[in-house]
Amino acid sequence: MKPAVLTGAHYITGDEACAEGALAAGCRFFGGYPITPATEVAERISERLPEVGGTFIQMEDEIAAMASILGASCAGVKSMTATSGPGFSLMMENIGLGIVTETPCVVVNVQRAGPSTGLPTMGAQADMMQAKWGSHGDYEIIALAPSSPQDIFYQTITAFNLSETFRLPVLIMTDEIVGHMSEKVIIPDAKDIHIVSRATPKGRKDNFKPFKPAPPYGIAPMPAAGDGYKVHFTGLTHDEKGYPVMTVEAQAIMMDHLMNKIRNNLDKIIMTERYRLDDADIAIVSYGVSTRTSLAAVDEARKMGIKVGLLRLITVWPFPEDQVRQLANQVKGFVTVELNLGQIHYEVQRCAGYKVPSYLVGHPGGSVISPDEVIKVLKEAF
Amino acid sequence: MNFWRVPFDANDIEVSRGIVYILDDRCKGCGYCIEYCPKQMLEFSPKFNKKGYHPPVAKNPDDCVNCHYCEIICPEFAIYSVEAKPSE
Amino acid sequence: MPETSRKTSKSPVHPLDDLLRTDRIPHIWCSGCGTGTAFSSTLTAIKGSGLELDNVVMVSGIGCSGRAAGYVKLDSYHTTHGRAIPFATGMKLANPKLNVIVFSGDGDLFAIGGNHFIHAARRNMDITVICVNNLNYGMTGGQVAATTPFHAKTSTTTVGNPEAPFNLPLLAYASGATYIARWTILHTRDLTNSIIEALNKKGFSFIEVLSPCPVNYGRRNKEKSLDTLKLYKKGIIKNNSNPADTDIDFDKGIILGKFVDIDKATCIENYDNTCRLI
Repeated sequence: MKPAVLTGAHYITGDEACAEGALAAGCRFFGGYPITPATEVAERISERLPEVGGTFIQMEDEIAAMASILGASCAGVKSMTATSGPGFSLMMENIGLGIVTETPCVVVNVQRAGPSTGLPTMGAQADMMQAKWGSHGDYEIIALAPSSPQDIFYQTITAFNLSETFRLPVLIMTDEIVGHMSEKVIIPDAKDIHIVSRATPKGRKDNFKPFKPAPPYGIAPMPAAGDGYKVHFTGLTHDEKGYPVMTVEAQAIMMDHLMNKIRNNLDKIIMTERYRLDDADIAIVSYGVSTRTSLAAVDEARKMGIKVGLLRLITVWPFPEDQVRQLANQVKGFVTVELNLGQIHYEVQRCAGYKVPSYLVGHPGGSVISPDEVIKVLKEAF
Repeated sequence: MNFWRVPFDANDIEVSRGIVYILDDRCKGCGYCIEYCPKQMLEFSPKFNKKGYHPPVAKNPDDCVNCHYCEIICPEFAIYSVEAKPSE
Repeated sequence: MPETSRKTSKSPVHPLDDLLRTDRIPHIWCSGCGTGTAFSSTLTAIKGSGLELDNVVMVSGIGCSGRAAGYVKLDSYHTTHGRAIPFATGMKLANPKLNVIVFSGDGDLFAIGGNHFIHAARRNMDITVICVNNLNYGMTGGQVAATTPFHAKTSTTTVGNPEAPFNLPLLAYASGATYIARWTILHTRDLTNSIIEALNKKGFSFIEVLSPCPVNYGRRNKEKSLDTLKLYKKGIIKNNSNPADTDIDFDKGIILGKFVDIDKATCIENYDNTCRLI
């Protein structure tokens, strides 16, 4: 067996770093399907998983890929899949199943320009709203946005930790640019990597309730199939035992639980980075590959005397509403920089309470936004 | 059973005997057990169960040969037979 | 004297009650529905197979048969429509010690789930698929399915089905299944024995169980459940039939039996021997 953690310095692409991050996090099952630009995640992990005692399977379509990772997770194994826009759309129904059955897993979306087949080899960030609202029904989900191969390595581990802690699918919303760029990635020693695994039940096996909220975060421990707990998981609205119940009350209780397990723990989930925001008049909100554009724009603009700062979203969902609300009291405007025609832009507008103007620097995808475009808006709008 | 001729060992063969138990409130009155009992010893009861169905009742309990067919054909887990002790 | 016992001071306990979630019985299946019998047969087979019960898992899809997972007292997973087989695939690959049973219906397994069926069979995934075939989509009110006989009436083919149905054993055979059998709920003991064989056999096992649907298919096609069972009685048991010859023809008599029972390396065996370092 080869080591799961390839400690050392590497010059690899974002996709490959994602695969390595998964292995370092303890992922031992990948059910995938090829799609540009996420294929390389599957290709790398298909070679690495058998080396570390895991299993790779290329399923017949993305729907099967998502179903297979849920099945593997219910059997107690950390699992992941990777796809892009068209596959992400296909996976939506089963992401909903993962949410309702509270099954931990990680879904990577290496975004490309859409809609439909779009520009398969060119990046965008236009699936961000779909990440939150893509499956039918109400639900809360966690979505991370890495901005470099090194970042993807760590955020994949974070994604696994969050999914295991809060028992739900966690999305990594990267994009083709970060996925296909090669940069230096330093992988630390295994002992320096913090890994979290789902709580498993101890004690009586009869009458165990796999959906009964438990401390510390209000999430039940999750037995694996074969452990003897004889659990029932269903996509139907269910009670704490997992049995389907068809009443308004049961729906309210189940939905409260699914929403509150995230909403009551935002301080443990939301991650942002603030750059030069303390004295800023204008706040740029950005995430993923557009962070790189925004950082350059902030430094350029500051040299020109524009007091701008950057709020970088590491977790895009749940959206850091409180931080944006607070900033709305400080700044005279927001600029959202994202590779789409306005998605997180609307969240910023909503949370700023329309108190201050909010501008979008974005285009429908295909290339990185240039810092000049951001500076143009900074100069003209303010 | 009607024989064309009586087998020579008809009196020596021990036919299995059974007792049939019916869980009335599980029954949905489909009639499979009644139709397919090889000894035709079940019939619909005139009584209703909790859901308004007529569960079966053994009209000739002594005829039960413990073949278990009612038990395995029943979709409702509402009827089963056990071996009757051949003490009588 | 032997006697019928009804509600005595101690309620009778059905022999399969230890494998049932008795707090949810009576189940939702209609009066005369064959799913209950197929399910009962499966539970008897699980008990008779000698398998360690903790390792037996049932995965189901959406539909009337899909509800079975909610009634069995084992680890059970009621997944999305058509996706029971890939879910089961992931589960089996993650823990090869599990004995995974997919219990679902003709619509779930062969229409929306058709692609997953043929690939799992091609891979020779070591699971047992039990298909309750009631010739329509029962749960949603009796619409036409991929198995509905030519010219049969359903709620979306009120003047008669214009399409020819699948021959399920042939489809399974063409995809690579290593154990294929077809029974009806009337042939309960044969069905139970088939399921026991399938559970203990390595590889992709497929068992088609014909079942009446008295409230939907039966009602629209003027078949009471006992009429459907009479049609099943006309079934001819021809083991080792060529699956190509097993199209369902109720007038001539449906062909039942164990059609295919061969041995091939399973998906996991192939993966271990090809992809894993020694």
